[in-house]
Amino acid sequence: MSLLDSVSLWAVPAMLALIPLWGAIRKVKVYEAFVEGAEEGLEVAVKIIPFLIGMLMALSIFRASGAMELLAQAISPVTSALGFPSEVLPLMIVRPLSGAGALGVTADLLKTHTPDSYIGRLASIMQGSTDTTFYVLTVYFGAVGVRKIRYAAGIGLAADIVGFLAALYACDWFFR
Amino acid sequence: MNIIWLGLILIGVAVAAFTGRASAVTDAAFAGGKLAIETIIGLAGLMALWMGIMKIAEKSGLMEGIAYLLKPVVRVLFPSVPGEHPAIGAMLMNISANMLGLGSAATPFGLKAMQELQELNPDKETASEAMCTFLTLNTASITLVPGTIIALRATYGSANPAEIVAATLLASLVAGIVAVVMDYFVRTYNRLRGR
Repeated sequence: MSLLDSVSLWAVPAMLALIPLWGAIRKVKVYEAFVEGAEEGLEVAVKIIPFLIGMLMALSIFRASGAMELLAQAISPVTSALGFPSEVLPLMIVRPLSGAGALGVTADLLKTHTPDSYIGRLASIMQGSTDTTFYVLTVYFGAVGVRKIRYAAGIGLAADIVGFLAALYACDWFFR
Repeated sequence: MNIIWLGLILIGVAVAAFTGRASAVTDAAFAGGKLAIETIIGLAGLMALWMGIMKIAEKSGLMEGIAYLLKPVVRVLFPSVPGEHPAIGAMLMNISANMLGLGSAATPFGLKAMQELQELNPDKETASEAMCTFLTLNTASITLVPGTIIALRATYGSANPAEIVAATLLASLVAGIVAVVMDYFVRTYNRLRGR
């Protein structure tokens, strides 16, 4: 893993140095090009704000009202039939909605059950093999003003469910 | 998305009526708005930085070069994107950054890719097939080094924080393959029905 570690350590500095260097070799006015791109970046950031406010508000209401806990109770028969321990259920619900939230849940599980326990390992693998689907959809489609997202949400959520199942089987396979 | 959004709010408020958490809901709604602005402030500087670097890459012909190399893969996954379109370079950068666990670099690249795809999109309000495929790849993409989790495991005293890497890779690979196959079938199905 040390090779991968150093790749991820050096990836950003290398890109920051090599891309402008290559630009200069190809006679691009690098500073002016950078500023032009940065301006576009800020415009995109501003465009996302309304979408993000709408989505985070709805999610916060859903969580604070206790609806999230009800949902956990409702789906727990299904998930326990599939073999998921009930401890990781909150992680499964929060994961597609909020990256920071899911990290908080995982941190809590690691602290309570220790990282090297079955729950700790399973939570780590689940966190790593799924994504914050709703956040990604909100931000990416929001940035270009697309409002009708067709089947993207369905596939994203299905991928997360497959990811959870795969995490469960991978954890059993590697650690039992 | 309209239904999901409305559903989250209506169910939330309805449940709050039963659980007597009206004030918590009010607080949460305002906190959500505040969190959105805080998130954007964190993101805006990074986006400006990476989009600036991307502009240099674009003007120096780097994006077209990457796109040229990936032509065969792109033809299968993105039949509606022309072979050497700048969207391909941006999508590749996004997925590479994701694989390396560089979330903060991935988002600006991804948004750049979405802008490029939007230029090819005939209906600006509706997601194009290429956008759906790209987001499928993005949300299902493999993480080679789940750095945050490893750090978190180390924080809570794991004897071997990185022991979950192989299992994580396997699980995310399976999820990724299933997602890409699903996307392919949905696309083909829609085309057969003439949509």
